[in-house]
Amino acid sequence: MSTPPVYNFAYLDEQTKRTIRRAILKAIAIPGYQVPFPSREMPMPFGWGTGGVQVTASILGPNDVLKVIDQGADDTTNAVSIRHFFARTAAIVTTTRTSEATIIQTRHRIPETPLKDGQILVYQVPIPEPLRFLEPRETETRQMHALADYGLMHVKLYEDIARHGHIATTYAYPVMVDQRYLMDPSPTPKFDNPKMHMSPALQLFGAGREQRIYALPPYTRVLSLDFEDHPFERTRFTAPCALCGATDAYLDEVVTDDRGGRMFVCSDTDYCERRRPARQAGDGGERGHEHR
Amino acid sequence: MYVAVKGGEAAIAAAHELLARERRGDPSIPEISVEQVREQLTLAVNRVMCEASLYDPDLAAQAVLQARGDLIEAIFLLRAYRTTLPRLGYAQPVDTGAMQLRRRISATYKDLPGGQLLGPTFDYTHRLFDPGSPAPAPSEPRGRVQPVAEPTPHVTVLLDREGLIEANAAADAKPVGDITRDPLAFPADRDVRLQGLARADEGFLLGLAYSTQRGYGRTHPFAGEIRMGEVEVAFTPEELGFEVPLGRITLTECEMVNQFSGSAHAPPQFTRGYGLAFGHSERKAMVMALLDRALRSQDLGQAAKTPAQDPEFVLSHCDNVQASGFVEHLKLPHYVDFQAELALLRQLRAEWLLARGATCEASEPAPDSDGEAAR
Repeated sequence: MSTPPVYNFAYLDEQTKRTIRRAILKAIAIPGYQVPFPSREMPMPFGWGTGGVQVTASILGPNDVLKVIDQGADDTTNAVSIRHFFARTAAIVTTTRTSEATIIQTRHRIPETPLKDGQILVYQVPIPEPLRFLEPRETETRQMHALADYGLMHVKLYEDIARHGHIATTYAYPVMVDQRYLMDPSPTPKFDNPKMHMSPALQLFGAGREQRIYALPPYTRVLSLDFEDHPFERTRFTAPCALCGATDAYLDEVVTDDRGGRMFVCSDTDYCERRRPARQAGDGGERGHEHR
Repeated sequence: MYVAVKGGEAAIAAAHELLARERRGDPSIPEISVEQVREQLTLAVNRVMCEASLYDPDLAAQAVLQARGDLIEAIFLLRAYRTTLPRLGYAQPVDTGAMQLRRRISATYKDLPGGQLLGPTFDYTHRLFDPGSPAPAPSEPRGRVQPVAEPTPHVTVLLDREGLIEANAAADAKPVGDITRDPLAFPADRDVRLQGLARADEGFLLGLAYSTQRGYGRTHPFAGEIRMGEVEVAFTPEELGFEVPLGRITLTECEMVNQFSGSAHAPPQFTRGYGLAFGHSERKAMVMALLDRALRSQDLGQAAKTPAQDPEFVLSHCDNVQASGFVEHLKLPHYVDFQAELALLRQLRAEWLLARGATCEASEPAPDSDGEAAR
């Protein structure tokens, strides 16, 4: 080609964005319901967050401030790559600060800093169907959703309890949205599930390969499935973050040597960094920093 | 200080540089041109055009080069470009009956109107390395080089005259589906299924088609006809109201003729399986035709018990851009979910060991480790 192609603002053409926005609006109108949409091939592979990227591209305006995280961190390679993609195709301002972002695209985590009214959290979703591993056929699962027939999932959780004494699902832990639709929260750890409940932010879920969009409007009831005698339990960590001392954050285990040495640090890098100066001022120490 | 996840930006830039260097190879060896790929690796170019659903030999050749010969990567490149192109409209259906034939064979009739035309085929070559480089092309090819001029009806038309083969379904008023514009939904009609198969991974379809021949959903196929050549593409712009020719494309078409013993509503007759592919893509057209017929099992009132007869199974997994994306995404970090599984596994092991210690006599089976696969 003689002239390099010129791409539209945020890559997708306006017609496609409008189609996706219509799917988003429908998803917001029916919280937790999976809306089929004509997903496009994006210039990054399926599985790399093409659903989230298409949702973000469709809602992004020139004044938006975008934050992209993967595993809670702004500097993981794929988060860097997606942030570059939008900085390049939409020339928008990006940030790593949760509180400054208007749109946050995420893979596998919900930020620790509570989200505010007006913010939008866009999830990258690999398998949108919470019943997929119990019933692989779309024709069957769509019918189950239509009839709100979720016995299969309850039986699965019950079998967990019968076998292990507790529910053995640690991420992609199924939630019930507004007492109607069973929803996969994307593979976020169940630690994050309670943050979805009554969140002031709009939460959008994009599954590109599977061609589905679903949504949680602000202040939607989102409850993790459980039983009266086996209530949902949030993951707890025994040690605080080795860098910032947080006891309320989700921690990554970092192997520090080959003799069993390990440390636990915040998976949310922004949260951790914001806390560190405060902590240093507070106790005058830097204990967490040189852990080896 | 923990720095393993830092430096993503610098690492990505360095990786891109390394990739460019690897792609070029030894700089003392001349670089291949796009034209060379287009003219000399035509079957690779054809496959890329076919599975990317974009007929553009130059771009496909460029994609093959840029992808270092990885055809799935090249298909992905071309698809990602295709999706940005504006859609002007839909062409008229091409008339493969009017194809300027370069190859046409039938395995069901020894001779037939229009004749058998072997054309450029590997079929009867001996797979021996030519000494040195491949033999230079003969300057004057022997035999017929002019495309067949006489009318060459499809073999299935001949069978149709006697009612021996099911009639092609009459065109209905329903617009033809478009899987690049509408999400795939099940049950999927034949138009949508054929589109899915047309852009499906050749290797995946090959294995599935082979499975039907080995007994997993047998369809008793005969290669009624395979033809390859050029057809004209025409488009009717709304503002003009008449057909405008856009150009010619090369197509390979395969019509399989399959045995069928009849059902409550249909007498015994042959049934059809149809394959159509961009360029000279014979294997692809054949496996597509085999799969088309296998996927019609349910429509024809036959038991559909094997993977190749299951439209949801075949169509959900046949796209290599989707499949390779999801398989390869396992390379992306999964620290957070892994951490969650790690904690659970430690807990389950502790509980198991505790139970073991408490009830040494009772031979409890080990708990199944059927945690969900990492995604």
